[in-house]
Amino acid sequence: MKARVSVMLKTGVLDPQGEAIRHALGALGFDGVDGVRQGKVIELDLADGTTEDRIREMCDKLLANTVIENYQIEIL
Amino acid sequence: MKAAVLVFPGSNCDRDLATAFRAAGFDTTMVWHKDATLPDGVDLVGVPGGFSYGDYLRCGAIAAQSPICRAVADHAVRGGFVLGICNGFQVLTEMRLLPGALMRNTGIKYICRNETLTVGQGDSPFLAGYQAGQQVAFPIAHHDGNYSADAETLDRLEGDGRVAFRYAANPNGSARDIAGILSENGRVLGLMPHPERAADKTLGGSDGAAMFSGLAGALTTA
Repeated sequence: MKARVSVMLKTGVLDPQGEAIRHALGALGFDGVDGVRQGKVIELDLADGTTEDRIREMCDKLLANTVIENYQIEIL
Repeated sequence: MKAAVLVFPGSNCDRDLATAFRAAGFDTTMVWHKDATLPDGVDLVGVPGGFSYGDYLRCGAIAAQSPICRAVADHAVRGGFVLGICNGFQVLTEMRLLPGALMRNTGIKYICRNETLTVGQGDSPFLAGYQAGQQVAFPIAHHDGNYSADAETLDRLEGDGRVAFRYAANPNGSARDIAGILSENGRVLGLMPHPERAADKTLGGSDGAAMFSGLAGALTTA
């Protein structure tokens, strides 16, 4: 089985990289981009039957820093 | 007085830190990240700057899960001294030995230059060589030094005198100009600037030497 973990900075945490991307889009003439947030996507190849709780544990322990980041788990 | 300096793949300030520890009188051993125990009788553990594991995933995240870091956490729980500088500070926050997180600098750029810092009020042996409010110059060299924590945590750090150093002119967007923080017991210090790179006049500055000599003095009189 496969799972996809999306890690994003929490709302309210300033994202300097997202801001830089927003500026660059503006410089390229893309108007109306009000905000950009950059995150990361981690794909996991897992033994069949791995529970979502187990993946959640992986996220809490390593994949995300829950002080500043949220994550979402998608079973593929 | 015994010190250990951790070495991760990608550490690059480990020998500078060991040199500063030795100059202050610490009998210093380098400890590889795969070791599961610290040398017997270690008083002080240095977590050095650099780019442990190439900054993969998040700065310090993978180093924080290494076998030696479990031993460092136990050492801290026992009341041992831990000093994390730059990437070492990132490792200590990832280990949750210190609160908050270090994010990308607001200006996006890697910054490498001297910064003026103001020493905090904290009652910590790490600050024994300084006066509260004193200004010192340490170099910074980082891409992810923007200290971030929720307002409640920041209030608590300030209220408890746990802000060890503040930037005089904030270079990286750090909340409340914070450059370094202490643990509750004052025995774990994490900071982004490099005192070990300012510990000898031939390096262009010696303001950092007082951190190591002050700590050594506090340990010998204790």
